[in-house]
Amino acid sequence: MNPTTRIIEVRQNVLKQNDVVGRALRQRFHDAGVFVVSLVSSPGAGKTGFLEMTLTELRKRFRVAALVGDLATENDAARLARSQAPVKQIVTGTLCHLEAAMVESALEGWRLDELDFLFIENVGNLVCPSSYDLGEDLRLVLMSVTEGEDKPLKYPTIFNSADVAVITKIDLAAAVEFDRAAANRSIQSVRPGMMVLEASSKTGAGMPEFLAFLESRRKAVRPATSLRKAAALAGPEK
Amino acid sequence: MHELSIAMSIVELAQEESDRRGGVPVVAVHLKVGALSGVVKEALCSSYEVACEDTPLAGSRLVIEEVPVLVFCANCNAPRPVHCTQLFCCAECGALCGEIVQGKELQLVALEVEE
Repeated sequence: MNPTTRIIEVRQNVLKQNDVVGRALRQRFHDAGVFVVSLVSSPGAGKTGFLEMTLTELRKRFRVAALVGDLATENDAARLARSQAPVKQIVTGTLCHLEAAMVESALEGWRLDELDFLFIENVGNLVCPSSYDLGEDLRLVLMSVTEGEDKPLKYPTIFNSADVAVITKIDLAAAVEFDRAAANRSIQSVRPGMMVLEASSKTGAGMPEFLAFLESRRKAVRPATSLRKAAALAGPEK
Repeated sequence: MHELSIAMSIVELAQEESDRRGGVPVVAVHLKVGALSGVVKEALCSSYEVACEDTPLAGSRLVIEEVPVLVFCANCNAPRPVHCTQLFCCAECGALCGEIVQGKELQLVALEVEE
């Protein structure tokens, strides 16, 4: 150290601002009783197709909505809108990830207490989104069977920031000689104990299991609102 | 590549802290970067120079302390380093460990300022 300088202790998280907004969002989601799921993956892993099917299926029994982030175009929002669920596109411009403040402003005008599930599709990127808390209850990392079983080893940080891994395009597994055991070994190696699900947005394989999992997680985290909803479905109280 | 936006946050934060102390000139910014922070040191260093341009922090140094991953090993009943970030095994006993206790840091630790 230069003798004419002194050290001032600061100890502040660099992403403090994002963390503060993320925490506030989490509280809002909790208070409104909406269960929030975010999706991260590399570009082309099938986030949008997977989400479209999820919205279409969940919509039959729940109130669902989605936010989708992309650097440019509103194509994904248009695709997701086919599910008939409310969808809003967040165009990030040059930014390679979503930040909590973008989610916050995209939610303006939406009644969160009228939703059971909210999905946030991040920009296709396996690096940058890992650092940013979006206030979600559950973060899914998707990898498709065409990407190579060692993907988790190449991007351990994002797998460590996520709660559950979903292997997509499972209908192509045989065609691309996907090695399920090797993929699972890679995942468990970078994130021991991580739950792994498989799905195909084309054939619907694995979707019932995924939807049941979402429902049970929502019930565990939002027990009060799940009960209220069950009561409302059962009819007026006598 | 989000290091530039992170570098800009660092500059902003350092500037705020300096301002709160009467605009004391900052010579260096000390940062802790965890192995699982999602930030690449080299990219951050070059981004930092760009982010400092035309600010009172121009010419200041970025001093990075790299923080290795520590997990809680249930087998050893203690925090332990991992084999590597591709293999979350306790470096002592080899048990798979998922509970991270250190390594996600991205923290502005201190400012080095002129007397």
